[in-house]
Amino acid sequence: MLRKVTVWAAALGVLGALAVTPVIAATTHEEPAKVHWSFEGPFGTFDQQQLQRGLKVYREVCSACHSMNLVSFQALGDPGGPFFEAKYKKSSENPYVKAFAKDFQIDDVDTDTGDKIKRPGTPADHFPAPFANEYAAKASNGGAIPPDMSLLAKAREGGPAYIYSIVSAEGYKAPPAGLTLTPGQHYNIYMPGDLSGAWTGDPNKVPIGGVIAMPPPLADNKVTYDDGTKATQDQEAKDVAAFLYWAAEPKQDQRKQIGLAVMIYLLVFTGLLYAVYRKVWKNESH
Amino acid sequence: MSGQSTYEPKSAITRWMDKRLPVSRLVWDSFVDYPTPRNLNYWWTFGGILSLCLGVQIITGIILAMHYQVGPGAFASVEHIMRDVNYGWMIRYIHANGASMFFVAVYVHMLRGLYYGSYKAPREVLWLLGCVIYLLMMATAFMGYVLPWGQMSFWGAKVITNLFGALPLVGKPITIWLWGGYAVDYPTLNRFFSLHYLLPFMIAGVVILHIWALHVAGQNNPTGVEPKSKADTVAFTPYATVKDGFAMSLFLIMFALFVFYLPNALGHADNYTEANPLKTPPHIVPEWYFLPFYAILRAIPDKLTGVLAMFGAIACLFALPWLDTSKVKSMRYRPQAKLYFVIFIVACVVLGFCGAHAPDDQVIPGLSAFQLLDSNINSFVWLSRIAALYYFAYFLVITPLLGLRETPLAVPESIAAPALSHPAE
Ligand code: HEC
Ligand code: HEM
Repeated sequence: MLRKVTVWAAALGVLGALAVTPVIAATTHEEPAKVHWSFEGPFGTFDQQQLQRGLKVYREVCSACHSMNLVSFQALGDPGGPFFEAKYKKSSENPYVKAFAKDFQIDDVDTDTGDKIKRPGTPADHFPAPFANEYAAKASNGGAIPPDMSLLAKAREGGPAYIYSIVSAEGYKAPPAGLTLTPGQHYNIYMPGDLSGAWTGDPNKVPIGGVIAMPPPLADNKVTYDDGTKATQDQEAKDVAAFLYWAAEPKQDQRKQIGLAVMIYLLVFTGLLYAVYRKVWKNESH
Repeated sequence: MSGQSTYEPKSAITRWMDKRLPVSRLVWDSFVDYPTPRNLNYWWTFGGILSLCLGVQIITGIILAMHYQVGPGAFASVEHIMRDVNYGWMIRYIHANGASMFFVAVYVHMLRGLYYGSYKAPREVLWLLGCVIYLLMMATAFMGYVLPWGQMSFWGAKVITNLFGALPLVGKPITIWLWGGYAVDYPTLNRFFSLHYLLPFMIAGVVILHIWALHVAGQNNPTGVEPKSKADTVAFTPYATVKDGFAMSLFLIMFALFVFYLPNALGHADNYTEANPLKTPPHIVPEWYFLPFYAILRAIPDKLTGVLAMFGAIACLFALPWLDTSKVKSMRYRPQAKLYFVIFIVACVVLGFCGAHAPDDQVIPGLSAFQLLDSNINSFVWLSRIAALYYFAYFLVITPLLGLRETPLAVPESIAAPALSHPAE
């Protein structure tokens, strides 16, 4: 009896374990490429140089279509951020932040006349959106809305590796013969999608991936890096993905730092409690 | 327990107070002198851990509520907490992961009760109050998850509130009443926020009753034999306090690992996209702690029956004290019951996995099997049917019959009688 039921339980357990294999759905895509990030692991931190390069890619390329509504200019000067410098206690006083903000034109209202005006940005302002509203965004992008980038790296399975993969040279592929794309659509192997409707070839060999309305945004030398790094497409893709991860989780460095202190404290405290526990129970059977 | 109080006020002030409102006497009798069985193992530390969880949720929740905004600004206000409020990211990650930790603890606590027969006489009311707390926790967590107003918040709220629509006649009016309109919208969010703030304090109230009932009946213990003499018990302080404290500290290490190193591992990426009523996410999945019930719901093709089965799964817990016919409390002495219990846990875990997958997905990828009724036999919907069947059979068939038919092992005379595993040095 005992053995029988154990076998049964084990079999069910195996079934359960099998069930952990990733969800297979109607949509398919390549798993995001493996990338090494400076912020990996419990001690990993942002690479400030890389964030600066990524910011440049975002500003000069992606920001033409993608907004980043939740990120303020002064966040760039916070600890862990691309412009952080310890000597400026308040990031709103950081000269890089101030200069960066001033280059943007922000919508405002003239308090004397009530007219709509544009004024230079201040550190407290957020990145302005490229389109006035969703309709304008749609109209300019063949009906698709470029998603806001403030949280994109946390809002997609795979995070920064997914973003990197989409815009790297490996993502966009010439559509295989038999795949009909409508004008303005591009084939990307990392984009989740279900291409069976657009596929006229062997129904058992539907191409992996999906269509995306974004034209390939990156190429070699799309930007010129200030730190002399060679602006290959791969480098740009990595840098912008790292920057977008910072934008989504700007307190990451602080979180891990505090986490380390908390873990050390808790481990010591737990050890002490264990010693007290042993001592208290020493003369009591249990 | 209900014995004589041994509290002796030491100073003039405490003597004065003791004659008027004996709070220190209550604390002394309940948490210092209170006799606890000496053989309690670590499974008994989860009650304390649960109180800690409730405290953590209430404190972090109150701070979040100072910065959170209901309405069209909800999503952005949570991000304001994450980015601009001092240590706001920490408060929010503690609160969000704290809900999961709360459920980890409550599931361990309930399985402990199941295994050691803690629901049996004289602890039925204690068990029922626990089930009420569990229901309130589910309601609280569900409404809390709606507050950040992400895609999963919105679509989860929509799926769950729509369930009530399956009820005949009253279904439609109830959903409209829940929504405060004709769809899940800001009025829904507003009332969920109000209730999410209220329910934890109702939980706290029921927790007080739960502990009161505990102190009337006394704690159960791994042997299931009630304490008979002083030799069977030790004083709550320092013995139980230090053991509970040590276990809480270990629990906090796990909690901190999630908060500081894996803060989003238990969440869903889609909830970082603001709610959009026009864009259905490809997979709507609830938080992990609801997955087994979600699987039971979807195992049944008829919506109303599915809803009833889901609530029935919880009703089984309420009925358990009257379903169990065994004379012996602890499964330590019930070898057969032990095995069915292990399978029960496996069934619950399997249901959890089924809840995370689309019903028609293959369980064993690539294996082609035959069609049975509405679905392929190699699909999560069939796996969840098998597991759900076992879930109900465990409560409604196995537990009542086994108590009548099994032959339990010999139960010790008293707690102190068997050679305890850790003798005094
Ligand atoms: C010409 C406008 C344009 C530019 C420039 C642009 N994008 Fe896009 N992007 C879009 C549009 C439109 C979509 C939505 C595509 C869709 O839904 O089919 C999109 C989607 C994406 C996605 C996929 C998001 C998802 O839904 O999973 C990623 C990742 C992305 N963009 C990254 C970038 C990065 C990084 C840059 C800068 C290097 C960039 N984009 C520049 C228009 C643009
Ligand atoms: C039983 C205790 C509680 C449980 C189980 C619980 C659970 C949750 C959950 C699961 C969330 C969603 C987290 C997320 O993904 O962001 C949440 C959010 C929230 N809760 Fe609670 N909660 C509890 C108590 C409280 C209390 C007492 C308050 C306030 C007084 C509160 C205020 C909030 C607020 C303002 C939010 C929205 C902010 C956010 O999403 O982070 N909670 N809660």
